[in-house]
Amino acid sequence: MSATTLTTRDATPPPVHYLNHDKSLKSWLLTLDHKRIGLMYLVTVATAFMVAGVLAMLVRYELINPGMDIMTAETYNKVFSMHGIMMVFLFIIPSIPAVMGNFVLPMHLGAKDVAFPRLNLASYYIFVAGGLLVVGALIVGNVDAGWTFYTPYSSRSSDSVLFMTMAVFVAGFSSILTGLNFIVTVHKMRAPGLTWNRLPLFVWGIYATSIVQVLATPVIGITMVLLFFERLLGIGIFDPALGGDPVLFQHFFWFYSHPAVYIMILPAFGIISELIAVFSRHPIHGYRFVALSSVAIAFLGFLVWGHHMFVSGQSAISAVIFSLITYLIGIPTGVKMFNWVATMYRGSIWLQTPMLYALSFLFLFAIGGFTGIALGVLALDVHLHDTYFVVGHFHYVMMGGTVIAALGGLHYWWPKITGKMYNEMLGKIAAALIFVGFNITFFTQLVLGTQGMPRRYYDYLPRFETMHEVSTYGSWILGAGLFIVLFYLLASLFRGRTASSNPWGAATLEWTHATSPPDPHNFHQTPIVSRGPYDFHLLSEEFGDGHATQEIADTRETQPG
Amino acid sequence: MASSSSPAHADSHPAHLQHHFVSSEQQFDAAKMGMWLFLVTEILLFAGMFVAYTVYRVWYPEVFVQSSTLLNPWLGGLNTLVLLGSSFTVALSIHFIQNDNRKGLIINLALTMAAAIAFLVVKYFEYTHKFHLGVFPGEHYSYSEVAGPYVAQFFSIYYIMTGIHGLHVIIGIGLFIWLTVRATKGHFSSAWYTPVELVGLYWHIVDIIWIFLFPLLYLI
Amino acid sequence: MGDKGTFWMPEQASTLASEIDGLFYFVFWISLILFVAVIGAMVYFVFRYRRRGDGEHIPAPLAERKVVEIAWIAGPLILCLLVFTWGFKAFLKQSIAPADAYQIQVRASSWAWNFTYPNGTSVGSELRVPVDRPVKLTMSSDDVLHSFFVPSFRVKFDVLPNRYTSVWFEATEVGEFDIFCTEYCGTGHSAMLAKVIVQSEEDFKAWVATSGMGDMTPVEYGSVLFSQQNCAVCHSVDGTRGVGPTLKGLLGRPEQFTDGTSLIADDNYILESIINPAAKIVDTYPPAMPATYSTLQPQQLDALVAYIKSLE
Repeated sequence: MSATTLTTRDATPPPVHYLNHDKSLKSWLLTLDHKRIGLMYLVTVATAFMVAGVLAMLVRYELINPGMDIMTAETYNKVFSMHGIMMVFLFIIPSIPAVMGNFVLPMHLGAKDVAFPRLNLASYYIFVAGGLLVVGALIVGNVDAGWTFYTPYSSRSSDSVLFMTMAVFVAGFSSILTGLNFIVTVHKMRAPGLTWNRLPLFVWGIYATSIVQVLATPVIGITMVLLFFERLLGIGIFDPALGGDPVLFQHFFWFYSHPAVYIMILPAFGIISELIAVFSRHPIHGYRFVALSSVAIAFLGFLVWGHHMFVSGQSAISAVIFSLITYLIGIPTGVKMFNWVATMYRGSIWLQTPMLYALSFLFLFAIGGFTGIALGVLALDVHLHDTYFVVGHFHYVMMGGTVIAALGGLHYWWPKITGKMYNEMLGKIAAALIFVGFNITFFTQLVLGTQGMPRRYYDYLPRFETMHEVSTYGSWILGAGLFIVLFYLLASLFRGRTASSNPWGAATLEWTHATSPPDPHNFHQTPIVSRGPYDFHLLSEEFGDGHATQEIADTRETQPG
Repeated sequence: MASSSSPAHADSHPAHLQHHFVSSEQQFDAAKMGMWLFLVTEILLFAGMFVAYTVYRVWYPEVFVQSSTLLNPWLGGLNTLVLLGSSFTVALSIHFIQNDNRKGLIINLALTMAAAIAFLVVKYFEYTHKFHLGVFPGEHYSYSEVAGPYVAQFFSIYYIMTGIHGLHVIIGIGLFIWLTVRATKGHFSSAWYTPVELVGLYWHIVDIIWIFLFPLLYLI
Repeated sequence: MGDKGTFWMPEQASTLASEIDGLFYFVFWISLILFVAVIGAMVYFVFRYRRRGDGEHIPAPLAERKVVEIAWIAGPLILCLLVFTWGFKAFLKQSIAPADAYQIQVRASSWAWNFTYPNGTSVGSELRVPVDRPVKLTMSSDDVLHSFFVPSFRVKFDVLPNRYTSVWFEATEVGEFDIFCTEYCGTGHSAMLAKVIVQSEEDFKAWVATSGMGDMTPVEYGSVLFSQQNCAVCHSVDGTRGVGPTLKGLLGRPEQFTDGTSLIADDNYILESIINPAAKIVDTYPPAMPATYSTLQPQQLDALVAYIKSLE
């Protein structure tokens, strides 16, 4: 059977699955099923991404020429603040862990659900409450303090900062509960035979992320409480006018927000490991190094927050120490990059849409990583700090890294989530447009930054105009690519071909032991694991018991080997 | 593993066992681990405030020494004893339910609740006395006997730390009410008392945090 | 300005710039080489090992080799430590101002810069500095955080409301360079601009001397200097006796000196009393006036003399 007929093969969907076993609204809103909760997160988070994305397009459009184009400076400041806050707290932080973590993690473990399904549902509603507070702040009058809320500006600007601190606190609480739930799930819910050395790397990524969520998020919680009372009662911890210290706020803020960067990127590493292994049909090279580097990054991530503050007024000694540890964190990241590329060596590389995203991740994240090293160089950071170089760098990491990986993961698991195949041709076109548009948008920003263009500028000097113009054009290409994705994914729900249980020939449990879409309880019987997650050459060997035979037969039929 | 061939929906499960767990042990281990992780986040939440306290204390040690004289160490000490006593009664309640003594469980839960309320009453008198003097946090501070720069910061930190701790005590009272109701309905036995054990853990952490707050704010 | 900058970096106009740029290009080239190697390998593998035919073939797994793993831990580590050391050295240079640096006070407020020179001259929107001489800026803010950034000098530091921070630089080119605020400070953030104007030593001295004068008359400027230089601490202008004689009606007044001589006060006497106060001490007064005013620039002395003559 040829590779093309694999995906076009007519598969029959299972008669009962998690989407149709109970169709009432109540069964969705009060569901304890991790798959349904994951799907609700997907809708919520995708909405936040679209709103924040539109705000980004407005920011880029305003910057196409110097001076005023479509909005005043006040509006601009609110729009970019809102873009940052929504992207960070309502999109990137929950995106991969809450959506794909929820859907995939228990299935990767061979479990029926996460350890605490009710807590899982509660985290979802707490997250929604946080989102509503953000919308409330939007209606009440907006926040113009940026997503970093630096004091004393934030303790004096508009009153809706109160809403926003509450929103971040509440959303953070949801993040903590999700992380806690996943840690316990990984420790206690693994199927028989699923040892730590046989965990899919996506699980390792989510596990490391969860550790960071649990350890770092309480600190942003208390910081937001202090900021809240600073505005409400003038407690004077951060505002120098009341005797407080603004640099202390930055320490508190970055003690969370730097590890938060790893909350955003570690799950992406997990997805990329899955994609590269599956579409190269090779076990991940250096599995243990890749797995443990996630944990190493999670811990080192707590020791580098000061590299955001080289020119903030912290002591030179701390700057030197933070710079040194910042380099150390580059090492495990490099280990991952090298191992991913090595995995492709002598593989059998299948260029489907998810793999295109994985390849573009390697390209974009490499640039994000190298620009990060440049920013970690003490003397160089003095020049680059708070310029567009930083803006370009973190978009390469956050968008070129996390968003691209999330898109790759979404395409990869889409057949499992919905039971439908999307249009492969449109998928490839969109992936190419996103890659090109992204580079045009953000590479120009790196150059703007080294040339000295400061960030968060509403207006700029004429000599920066060409680059800004190009960057805005790039954002249109990028936006068009993302719109195409939205279009064909939605279209696939109605007109897509039915997906087989394992269209990619993957070897993890959600593909080998569950239907597409899965049963309400994931597996008809608890799977038994006897091999690693990427042992494609062992895919056809018998494992599990009676029931698995049908699935294995299916696998044999769809995937040669 | 033996569980390999067990069907997903076993009919022989005890009532407290949720469907996605294989055994009561697995469920109990998961619940306990979850609670410990939650307590870690609680400690980190307070750690943020302890850092703020430490930073300001290092910067302005004499102001903090002077300001803390406004706090009544006898009332603080009394509250410390009350909370220590309540930790003991919580431990007793777990001991009783392990031996299926439901009456002992309910009495000790009630005693713990009483101690928690006593703590809050003392705290209420402390707060109102200070409000009466004009000892408010931050920019509203207006007590002239002890004044000067950064005195207000001490009381900002005092109110926030004791306030958030007090909130935890209030949540604790709510949890004890819930436990008592369930205990009177006979939900707990030596076979299953996970909620009692978890709330007990929570209450010990609330006590331990106070053990740190008391000397830092009242004594030194 | 000879140097117009490159594709990546703006022109180099300070002694620090070439070092920072050297560091940048070092990181840039290492990154580029590694990037091309890794992404080149990726592209090659995609092409070389792309799935052919029906995908029946499942390649044999590769054995993991510890040597390889350790090599790509150690290699980057060495490179990183190299870059760190270089960055650290440059940072030290950047952080420690030479002791003989010319000192200027900077105040930032939403949304303007203000620069104050040692002689009390205070100007907004343009920072004039001498070329080839280290200049140290001591900065503080009146309200929220700001950040002082001159891309052409490769210097930046935050300006805080509750403490002094500083930057130093030594300009190497005469010309005008942009100052940006790089810490977000509200509506006017992107308009919080100023210029550094680098001048030759002589031009700079002459400017500093007269900079405060603007379009004031000499008498008006003299009165500003009179208060800036704290003359009124010893000399009244209303006839009351101070540490020194009153300046009211000084022009044309007969003065008796401690050495027994006397004269009618004129322009030359007033000027001499400012730049060399010990030459003639008025009877009954102590020789208390310091000689430091001799450092005032000629235009400033002219203005002071004109002001004192106007006190009738």
